[in-house]
Amino acid sequence: MNALRRNVLKGAVGAGTVAMAVAAGLLKPTQAMADWNAAAFDAKNVGDAMKGLGISAPVDSKDIIIKAPDIAENGAVVPVEVTSNIAGTTSIAIIAEKNGTPLVGDFTLSGGTLGFVSTRIKMGQTSLVRAVVKAGGKSYTAAKEVKVTIGGCGG
Amino acid sequence: MAEPMRIRATMTGDIADVKVLMNHPMETGQRKDAKTGQLVPAHFIQEVTATINGVTVLSASLGSGISKNPYLGFKVKGPKVGDKVVVNWTDSKGDKNTAEAAIG
Repeated sequence: MNALRRNVLKGAVGAGTVAMAVAAGLLKPTQAMADWNAAAFDAKNVGDAMKGLGISAPVDSKDIIIKAPDIAENGAVVPVEVTSNIAGTTSIAIIAEKNGTPLVGDFTLSGGTLGFVSTRIKMGQTSLVRAVVKAGGKSYTAAKEVKVTIGGCGG
Repeated sequence: MAEPMRIRATMTGDIADVKVLMNHPMETGQRKDAKTGQLVPAHFIQEVTATINGVTVLSASLGSGISKNPYLGFKVKGPKVGDKVVVNWTDSKGDKNTAEAAIG
């Protein structure tokens, strides 16, 4: 009976520590995900977001094609497709320049994946949708304006 | 996590076209609950990884600016019909989800 209680308590303590640490504020949920780049995603302007991604002075490139509606009727769901025809594309980042936190997604490609990503983003207001591509150790960028009639960030 | 993730992967020539639809509120932390007037706390998918036959093909970091019920499409050169696509995601609360599908 005592051995059973001891095991149950041991198991409970083990399972509960992360949850307890989170509740105690010692381990913030966003910190638990070690890889998530909070510096870039929490940045409130494009410059800081790019800095957070380790990008400086990306070169404008016509080999990056952004497919997005000229006018988005619903800012909560704006379909965006980025195609990078730059050889050796290793990552594509999508930035909605006038969003409160402009960096929306950072996609790292490997193992034969083409320079292409398709997703749906929220836009608070009309702004440029910018793609930043890393390829061969350099950065490239292109942007397209998307007009938004009803903002979609919930504010 | 009311509905599981949906993955559709099809081959066109030697390119696998993979489409993933995840189920998640993707709360920005900016939205006010209509009933209580309180801000709904941020809660969104932060990391998504996809593998084909065990090889990582996509590693994505998402922010709350991705739309609710995130959609992700990508293309991979080289896989074959029948190869296994596995997608995993982790969100800002530490919740996880995984799903797999064979390339058709």
